Amino acid sequence: MQEINLSISGMTGIESSQRIEHAIAVLDGVEHASVNLSEGMAKVSFRKPASAGRVIKAVRDEGFTTGNSKIRISVKRMRCASCVRTVEETLLNTPGVKSASINLATAIANVEYSPEAVNFFGLKLALEANGYEVEMATDSSKSGQDVQVSEQEIEYRTLMRKFWFAAIISIPVMVFSYPDFIPGLRDWMPMGSMNRRVIWGLLGLLALPVMLWSGSQFYSGMWSALKHRTANMHTLIASGITAAWLYSAVAVLFPQWFPEQALAEAFWDVATVVVALVVLGMALEVKAKGRTSEAIKKLIGLQAKTARVNRNGTEIDIPVEEVVTGDMVIVRPGEKIPVDGVLIKGTSSVDESMITGESMPVEKHENDAVIGATINKTGSFTFRATTVGKDSALANIIRMVQDAQGSKAPIQKIVDLVAAYFVPAVLILGVLAFIVWYNIGPEPRVVYATIVLVTTLIIACPCALGLATPTSLTAGVGKGAEYGVLIRSGDALQTAQKLTAVVLDKTGTITKGAPELTETIPVSGFDEREMLLLAASLEKGSEHPLGEAIIGGAENLGLVLVEATNFSAIPGHGVSGNVSGRAVLLGNAKLLESRGIDSGDLSGKWAELASDGKTPMFVAVDGVAAGLIAVADTIKEDSIVAINTLRDMGLSVIMLTGDNQRTADAIAKQVNVNRVLAEVLPEDKAHAINKLQLEGHVVAMVGDGINDAPALAQADVGLAIGTGTDVAIEASDITLISGSLSGVVAAIQISRATMRNVHQNLFGAFIYNTLGIPVAMGILYPFFGLLLSPLIAAAAMAFSSVTVVSNANRLRYFKPKGVTK
Amino acid sequence: MSPDRIFVTVTGLLLIAFIFWFFWMKKTKGSKAKTTVYGYQEAMILVKGGYTPDVILVRRGTPVRLSFLREETAACSEMVLLPDFNKSAQLPTGEIVSVEFVPNESGEFEFTCQMGMLRGKLVVED
Repeated sequence: MQEINLSISGMTGIESSQRIEHAIAVLDGVEHASVNLSEGMAKVSFRKPASAGRVIKAVRDEGFTTGNSKIRISVKRMRCASCVRTVEETLLNTPGVKSASINLATAIANVEYSPEAVNFFGLKLALEANGYEVEMATDSSKSGQDVQVSEQEIEYRTLMRKFWFAAIISIPVMVFSYPDFIPGLRDWMPMGSMNRRVIWGLLGLLALPVMLWSGSQFYSGMWSALKHRTANMHTLIASGITAAWLYSAVAVLFPQWFPEQALAEAFWDVATVVVALVVLGMALEVKAKGRTSEAIKKLIGLQAKTARVNRNGTEIDIPVEEVVTGDMVIVRPGEKIPVDGVLIKGTSSVDESMITGESMPVEKHENDAVIGATINKTGSFTFRATTVGKDSALANIIRMVQDAQGSKAPIQKIVDLVAAYFVPAVLILGVLAFIVWYNIGPEPRVVYATIVLVTTLIIACPCALGLATPTSLTAGVGKGAEYGVLIRSGDALQTAQKLTAVVLDKTGTITKGAPELTETIPVSGFDEREMLLLAASLEKGSEHPLGEAIIGGAENLGLVLVEATNFSAIPGHGVSGNVSGRAVLLGNAKLLESRGIDSGDLSGKWAELASDGKTPMFVAVDGVAAGLIAVADTIKEDSIVAINTLRDMGLSVIMLTGDNQRTADAIAKQVNVNRVLAEVLPEDKAHAINKLQLEGHVVAMVGDGINDAPALAQADVGLAIGTGTDVAIEASDITLISGSLSGVVAAIQISRATMRNVHQNLFGAFIYNTLGIPVAMGILYPFFGLLLSPLIAAAAMAFSSVTVVSNANRLRYFKPKGVTK
Repeated sequence: MSPDRIFVTVTGLLLIAFIFWFFWMKKTKGSKAKTTVYGYQEAMILVKGGYTPDVILVRRGTPVRLSFLREETAACSEMVLLPDFNKSAQLPTGEIVSVEFVPNESGEFEFTCQMGMLRGKLVVED
């Protein structure tokens, strides 16, 4: 007899669960099948001829999907393309494997499988039987980003090798190209001598491997672009160095074609030095680009590798990929919580700073949600896994950050337009410059014309333009993730820096969203603790949120509540009952009046508390007024600081609430907002935002994403306050994971810094090209006799793109002001 | 004007005309996405110096799956963006990466690399 738990997705209602149950139950060999709709799980016990695979198939045939696990295994000894096929087929023939794809370059197999039918060891056995070595999933399962990192590293090393080769060859080429400046050489190989021709001929041969190996990517890049009838940076460099080399070859082989032999100069050095410099620039760029996406690497590194789960009564360690929904996971102090779930047994405090940006550890009790990749600090606990793999909070965050980093800021549209025409335009300009210099330039015309052509082709740098926005965006969005701010798109980032007004929803945004006990005021002669104990004990019978606030307040003071008798709730008045043999009343003035109790001078206090936006209640004991208890939705600790920082940033801060004007004003005074929009019905929130927009404001709305969805959508930038696992809030442009208003401050400051960076980059890149290209074409020559050397052009081109990327990297050190992390 | 000047000028102008025609006057016929049994319109795109094919024809309203295979290591093409569908994907060399979405509006939508140097077009027809 075997038993499996299968997670099923796509069930919409009771009829679909019944359909699945039936489909499984009719299988030959199935003893028992039960489907739990709310958990999305099927529990099946069966014996042969039924198998896990058949059960899964039955479920799929009904049109539902079963949870799959994904794993990356590194397969050794896979050397050829045909091996790839064998490995792929072996995996696909293993029962339970849904899909398998192999990357020969990285020797990694991506396998999607149903964890109920097969696990890593099963896959390993299958492959080993075919003679392949397979590595343990936990250490070999490289995430996509890891692969990308090593790819970047390989790219960097290859480019550096190419650079050193080109640089070393460039030294003799440089020396012998300018013998006239070197005393000994000048006499040994004078212009026109045989020595010089032979040496120069050899230099030309020496330059070839530099161009063809160190510069191979220019030629292959140009060729594959040409096949698409497009052109890129490679096209420019390849044609530039080829022109220089061809000209030099003609000058050395056929000096008689030149009007004067003295003019038949070779410049092999251009070919080699340009290759060296541009390749160096590319290498540095690869390195620097890797750093811009550091934030996401950190996020991916957070993922736990193993989980300790309870399977059939024993605790076993399994790769995190094999954890399925419903698993009971055990976490000890100091360990990483492997997946998202709900705490079932135990208590602990958990450091969630890596996900929420919130530095204080969070207390966790039964039924609290825990987030995967956070760190358990103090106690051991068991939790039930609720989301695993690609649905987990961390995976969602990573995907959102990646999508945002890949998205385009609207400003990029101009760049795209330029990029489409840039390279062919430069080619045309180069040819034009050649024609002009050849026709009206000074002698030796052909030399000048060639130099100008080569310089123009080489100085133009489409890369700097192309890199300007995306690198800053990547760094900026990554920076946001560090502070628990998920910026969803480049569009949101660009709009966030133009904001003039920030609208804050009161409940749950400025305040905690749950009432808390704020005041206990006994009449003289009555003990404060006793009054609170009586009131709280009475409230134990009620399930009113205000009651919970009072109970919570009493428990925080260490009071031990007692059982109340004769409890009754009087609608519109309050509650009454007996506690420890005393008759206790808790409610409003009407309640006291109806019992004929005089509230005395408490009424004045009552009005005072009410005007502060609190909810005061009278307490009466044995027919006498005993005092007042007030509860209120309290302001989050950091709201005041955050609002002041927003105002310092020149933003108009507006509070939006459904509360009456008096309560709203009371809160507004405490938190120091510019304006209050009170008594706004939930359905009118979007309208209120629209009105602000009509006043000319660029408005950000901060709300909870569910009730405020229309307002978030109406605002220019919608910021949703998320709570822990719930990060994929659709209506928002920016999600604040921690729930603190300091996230709003961080989001706006980061967007401002990022857009400033983008503008610097774009400005730099545009200016560089619009000045560099005309200068290279020789526009300064008629006035100042100034002409750019192709070598300087190459250096400028190589370092313009490095500069752009380095500038974007500065964002990594950006720290929002007034935000602690 | 000396003969060599005339020669250089004429050749140069012809070259410019050629560059203009070669890069800007190209018209590619789109390649139609195949519809699979699962109802997806699928197209395989090779990423190597450009996108092959670079014009993909799809029908409106049916899910589209574009599978990219990058066969180069140049950093330029390591990411593909479909800004109109708010999609993007990292393309590790040698690995097939699929991007899925539903085109709900007809029209022409570009997909590009992050720097906008490589370009392709998705034509959504009614």
